[in-house]
Amino acid sequence: MRETLKDILLPVLAIATALLLFGGFVSLSGVNPVEVWVILFKGAFGDWFSWQNTLQRAAPLMLTALCVVVPARAGLVVIGGEGALVLGGLACAALPYALPLPDNSLGTALVFAAGACAGALWIALVGALRQYRGINETISSLLLAYIAIGLFKHLVEGPLRDPASLNKPSTYALNEGLRVGGMAGSDIHWGLLLGVLACLACGLWLRQTASGFAVRVVGGNARTAQLVGLPASKLVLVACAVGGACAGLAGAVEVAAVHTNANASLITGYGYAGILVAFIARQNAFAVIPVAILFGGFGAAGSLLQRRLGLPDASVQVLQGIAFVLILASEALRGLDWKQLLLTPLLRWRRPPDVAPDKEIHL
Amino acid sequence: MTADMWLSLLAGIGGGALRVGVPYLFVSLGECLTEKSGRINLGLEGVLVLAAMAAFGGAYLSGNVWLGVLAGAVAGGLLAALHGLLCALPRVNDVATGIALMLLGTGLAFYLGKPLMQPQAPQIPAIELGNWSDNAALRAALQINALLPIGIAIAVLLWWAFGRTRWGLLVRLTGDSAHAARALGYSVNGIRLMATTLGGMVAGLGGASLTLFYPGSWNEGISSGQGLIAVALVIFARWSPLRCIGAAALFGGAGAIGPALQSVGISWGYHLFNTVPYVLTLLILVLTCKPGSVAVGSPGELSATR
Repeated sequence: MRETLKDILLPVLAIATALLLFGGFVSLSGVNPVEVWVILFKGAFGDWFSWQNTLQRAAPLMLTALCVVVPARAGLVVIGGEGALVLGGLACAALPYALPLPDNSLGTALVFAAGACAGALWIALVGALRQYRGINETISSLLLAYIAIGLFKHLVEGPLRDPASLNKPSTYALNEGLRVGGMAGSDIHWGLLLGVLACLACGLWLRQTASGFAVRVVGGNARTAQLVGLPASKLVLVACAVGGACAGLAGAVEVAAVHTNANASLITGYGYAGILVAFIARQNAFAVIPVAILFGGFGAAGSLLQRRLGLPDASVQVLQGIAFVLILASEALRGLDWKQLLLTPLLRWRRPPDVAPDKEIHL
Repeated sequence: MTADMWLSLLAGIGGGALRVGVPYLFVSLGECLTEKSGRINLGLEGVLVLAAMAAFGGAYLSGNVWLGVLAGAVAGGLLAALHGLLCALPRVNDVATGIALMLLGTGLAFYLGKPLMQPQAPQIPAIELGNWSDNAALRAALQINALLPIGIAIAVLLWWAFGRTRWGLLVRLTGDSAHAARALGYSVNGIRLMATTLGGMVAGLGGASLTLFYPGSWNEGISSGQGLIAVALVIFARWSPLRCIGAAALFGGAGAIGPALQSVGISWGYHLFNTVPYVLTLLILVLTCKPGSVAVGSPGELSATR
C-alpha cells in the first residue's frame, strides 16, 4: 500500500517540481511564469477545443509509450519507437498500392494491421539482435529508428510519391472510406479508443495471464527464468513485437485519422515523447493512459505558448526534458525512510528540554 | 562514369571522412573516456547539440571563433556533469539518465538557439593541405578543420594517460571494479563525475566543429545521431582512443557517400545512402558482439555491453 502511494506521489511531485523549474526557466527570458502555467493549463484542459487537441495527441503517445513499457517488462530498454511509428504509418499508406482494398471498415482494419505488422517486425528485430547476437537493444533500436526514417524518406520521395504533391512529398491519400473519423461528431478520432484499449489489454496481459507473468519473470530475473525453464528468447521477441505493433499502430492512426497520407509531418517525435511517458508511468501500462493525456496536453499547450507569449516551440521539449530528469532523480528518494525523516525533527522538538537529567543518569 | 567523376567521387568521400569524421572523433573520445570510468553516457547526443548551439552563439556574440569553441566545450561539460551527478544518486540508471539528457539537451539547445537560426558566425579556419594539387575537388577535400589536429592530439594524450599515468590508471580501475577503487580509498562517484565531465567537454568540441566548420550554421537538424553512433563507435574501437581515430574516419567517409554521390549528379537513393553509417554501425555490432560474452577490452563495470 505504501509502495503504491510512493508510486503515485513521487511522479506527481516530480512533475510539479518540473513545472516550477520550467516557470523559473522561462522567467529568465522575461516571461511571467504564472502566465505560462495558466496558459499551459488552459491550452491543455481549458475548454472543449483544447481537450480535443489534447486527446488527439494523447492517442499516439499512449501507443508509443507501450512500445517502451512492454519490452521494459521483459527487461529491455527500447527507445526506437519512432522507427516503428514511421514504418507503421508507411505500411498503412502503402498497403492500398499493393492490394485493392474494400472501401469500408474492413479496409481500415487491414491498413491498421499492416501498420502494426511493420512496427512489430521492426522492434522484434531489436529483440532478436539482442537475444541472438548480444547487441545492446538501446543502441540498436535507436540506430534502427534512424534507418527507418531514411527508408521512409526514400520511399515517400521516390517510388511511393504522389506526383501531385510538389512542395511536400507525400504518398497518395487514403481513400475516404479507409480513413478514421471523429468519435461522436468531435475532432477526437477513434485512435484514442484504440490507444486506451491497447493500454488496458497490455496491462491485463502483463498482470493477469501466465504468459504475461512469464515475460515479467524474464525481465525481473533472467537467471530465475532460465532455472524454471522459461523460453526467454521467445518471450522477449513476443514482448518486443507487441510493443512494436503498438508503435506501428500509432503511425497507422496518425496516417488514417490525421494526415490522410504518409509524409514528413509524421516524424514529429511522438516516439521519443513516448519514452518519457513510459518512464513517468513507471512502466505500468495502466498508468500510461493518464500520463499520456497529461503530456498530450502539454504538447497541445505548446503552440499556445508560442502564439501568446512568443516562446520558442521547443519550450515544451525543455519542460519534457526537465520532467524526465526529475522523474529519474526521484527514484533516489524512494529508498529514503520517510517516517524517520519526518518524525525525527518532530520528536526532537517535542522532547521537553527542561527535564532534569540527574535522575536518569545516576547509576 | 568518367575517370574524372570517379576521382571527384573518391575525393568527396575522402574529404567527407576528414570533415564529417571530426565530430565523430570528438564524441567518441568523450564517450571513450566516460565509458572507461564505468559509465555509459547516451546523453552525449544532447551534449553535442547543446554544445553546437553554445559554440555558434558564443562565436556569433563575441565575434571570436575560439571563444565559441570554448563556450561549446563548457556547455558540453556542464550538461555531462549533470549526467555524472544524477548517476551518483542511488538507484539511478545511467542509460535512462542518458535518454533524459538527450531530450533535455536538444530541448535547451532548440529553445536557446531560436534567435541563432539566421545569423552567420565566424568560422574555424581551414588548414589547406591540398595546395600541391591542381584538381579543384581534391583541393576542396583537403581543406582540414583546424580542430582535427587537436582531436588527434587528445586521442594520443588519452592513450598515453590511460597507459602511463596514475590518473589514467585510476579511471580504468574505477571502470573495471568499483569495489577495488573503493577499497583503495578512492571516491568512485568523484572519479566518474570527473571523467564524465571531461568527456562532455571533449564531445563539446565536436559540437563546435559542427556549427563552426561543417556544415557551419546552426539549425535544428544539425546532429543526426552522431552522439549515439559514438557509443557504438567506441565498442567498435574496443575502448582504445587511438582506434577511435580510424573508426571516426570510417564513419565520416560512410556518412559522406550520399552527398558525394549527389555532387557528381547521382541523386537516386540520397536518403538511403545517408543511412549507411547506421547500417554500418549495426553490421559492426552484429560482427563484434557475441551473445553471453563481454566484448574484448570492455570496462568491467559497464552495463550496456553485458
